[in-house]
Amino acid sequence: MHMADALLSPATGAAMWLASGGVMAWSSRQLRERADDRLVPLMGMLGAFVFAAQMINFSIPGTGSSGHIGGGLLLAVLLGPHAAFVVVASVLTVEALFFADGGLLALGANLFNLGVLPCLVAYPLVFRPLAGAATTPRRTTFAAVVAAVVGLQLGALAVVLQTVASGISNLPPGAFLALMLPIHGAIGVVEGLATAALLLFLHRARPELLDAAQSGAARAPMRRGLAAGALATLLVSGVLSWFASSQPDGLEWSLAHAAEGEVLPPSSPGLHTRLAALQQRTAWLPGYGWPAAEPGTAPATAADAAAATPKAAVWPEVDATTSLAGVAGGALTLVLVTAIALGLRRRRTRA
Amino acid sequence: MSRLEAALQDLRTLDTLATRDNALTRRDARAQLLVTLGFLVTVVSFDRYRVAALLPLVLFPAVLAAWGEVPGRTLWRALALAAPLALMVGLFNPLLDRTPMLGLGALQISGGWVSFSSIVLRVALTVSAAVILVAGCGMPGLCAAMVRLGVPSVFTVQLLFLHRYLFVLSGEALRLGSAYRLRAGARRLDLALYASLTGQLLLRALARAQRVHQAMLARGFDGELRTLDGLRWQPADTLFVTGWLAFFVLVRSVDLPLALGRLVTGVLVGLLAGLGT
Repeated sequence: MHMADALLSPATGAAMWLASGGVMAWSSRQLRERADDRLVPLMGMLGAFVFAAQMINFSIPGTGSSGHIGGGLLLAVLLGPHAAFVVVASVLTVEALFFADGGLLALGANLFNLGVLPCLVAYPLVFRPLAGAATTPRRTTFAAVVAAVVGLQLGALAVVLQTVASGISNLPPGAFLALMLPIHGAIGVVEGLATAALLLFLHRARPELLDAAQSGAARAPMRRGLAAGALATLLVSGVLSWFASSQPDGLEWSLAHAAEGEVLPPSSPGLHTRLAALQQRTAWLPGYGWPAAEPGTAPATAADAAAATPKAAVWPEVDATTSLAGVAGGALTLVLVTAIALGLRRRRTRA
Repeated sequence: MSRLEAALQDLRTLDTLATRDNALTRRDARAQLLVTLGFLVTVVSFDRYRVAALLPLVLFPAVLAAWGEVPGRTLWRALALAAPLALMVGLFNPLLDRTPMLGLGALQISGGWVSFSSIVLRVALTVSAAVILVAGCGMPGLCAAMVRLGVPSVFTVQLLFLHRYLFVLSGEALRLGSAYRLRAGARRLDLALYASLTGQLLLRALARAQRVHQAMLARGFDGELRTLDGLRWQPADTLFVTGWLAFFVLVRSVDLPLALGRLVTGVLVGLLAGLGT
C-alpha cells in the first residue's frame, strides 16, 4: 500500500525523505564501485518488467480475487539488493509522478516501505539465509513466501507508524494495525508464491542467469555492513518519526501549545494533544468574527457570554458568524480561482 | 480498458504535452521542480482542520494547468487513480471525530467531516501538482533538473531507461494477456501458467537488455551516459519561482478566504443595516 501525501505531515515526510535519500546515496555509491556497465540497461529493463508484470494477474483459487508479483524481492534476487533498491525507487518515482500513486512528499516514505524494507531488510536477512545456496523448489518457495510476508508486514507497520506520527488521520493505531497486518499478510503469501513460481521457472529455463545473479550479489559487499545499515536506517527513521509524532505540525503545534498553555492547563496528555489544534483554531477565530453583528444588543447569546471568559470560549461553542464568513470566503475564493483559470484558458485558445 | 492501460495512455499524453511550446514548458525544469516542492510543503503544512484556508492554493494547479494546456480530463483520471487510499483512511475521521466544529444555523458539522474535507482537498492539490510537473517538463527535463540539484546520476539514468522501455514491455504484457484470454476462454490463469507467462516476459526483457547493451557498446558506451540537458535559467524563471513562493508564504500566513468572507458579509450587514434605517 502506498503512503499518500494527504495523510502525511511535513516532519514525517521530511524524516522519511532523509532516511530514503541516505539509502539511495549509499546504494548509488555501491553500484558505482561495482562498475558493471551491463547493469545500466538491465536495471532499466527489469524496472519496466516489474511494471509490465503487474498487468498480468493470476487467479487465487477459491477467493475470486487475483494477485501478481510485488517486484522488490524478485529484483533483489536477480540484481542484488542495491541495484534492486534503485530499480524499485525508479518504479515508485514514475508511479508518483505519472500516476500520482502516493505523491511526491510521500515518495520518501514509499521508498522506505516498499524499497528499503523488502530489498535491504527482507532479502538479505530473511530470504538469503532461508534459501541458502541450494535451489530446491520447496526451499525457494518457503524462503520467498516468508521474505515477502516479512517485507510486507514491516511495510504495513511503517505505513501505520507514519500515518499516526503525521496525525492527519483520526484512525487509532491499534485499529489501523488490525486492519493492515492481516490484509498484508495475505498479500505477502500471494506475492511470495508468485515470486517463487517465477524464480523456479527461471531456474528451469535459464539456470545460469540465477547462478550469475547470486554470485554477483555475493561478491558485492553485503552481509554485516548491509544489516547494520538497514538497522541504523530503521532506528534513525523510528527515532525521527517519534520526534515528529510529538510535534505533529511543527511550528503550528508549538504555537497551539504555547497559546493553550495560557488559557487552559493541560488535564490529560492524550486529550490535550488532540484538543491543541482545535483550541488553536477557536482561540484565533474570534479575532476574525463578524464584527458586532447587531450593534447595541447585549451579549445575550450563550456564545457571546462565553466569549467573555476565554476558558469557556474554547469549546464546545461554535462561532456561527465565523463559520459563515469562512464558508462564504471559501466559496468566493473558488469562484475567483475558477474565473482566473478559465480566463487564462480562453486567452490561450484564442491566441 | 484496465487501470494500467488507462494510466499508460495518460503517460503518453503527458509526454506529448511536455514537448509542446507554451508558457509552462518554457520555464526551466529546475524552477518547476522547486516551485512544486514548495507548493507541496505548503499544502501539507496546514493544520488538519483547515479547509477554506487551503482553497487559494487551488490557484497554483489551475494557473499552471492553463499555462501548460493540461486537459482537465487528464487531471481527473490521475485523481481517480490516486484518491482511493487516502479517502479510505480519511473516511474514518467523520466516524471517529464527532465533536461539532462548524455551525451554519441548525447545521452542525463535526471536526471529522472538516478534517476529511481537508484530506480530500489535499489529495486533489498534491496529485494535480505532480501531474502538472510532468506535463511541464517531461521525463528528460525532470531528470536533468534532478541531476543539477544533486540527485545521483545512477538513479536518473535508471529513471530514463525505465521511462523509455515502460511502453515496450507494458505493450508486450498486454498482448500476452489478451493472447491468453483469446485462447483460454473462460479458463482463469493459475499460478503455474502465470509463472511461465511472466517468465517468458522476463526472459524477453533480459534478452532485450543484452541487445540494448550491445547496441550501446557499439555506439561507444563506457559506463557513463552523457546527455544534453539544455537547461538555461532565465530571469523569467527567477520571477516564476519567487512569485509563486511569495504567494505560498502569503496563503500560509494569512487566511485569505476568511478575510474575504468577513469583508463580504460585513459589507452585506452594513447594507442591510443601511436599508433598515
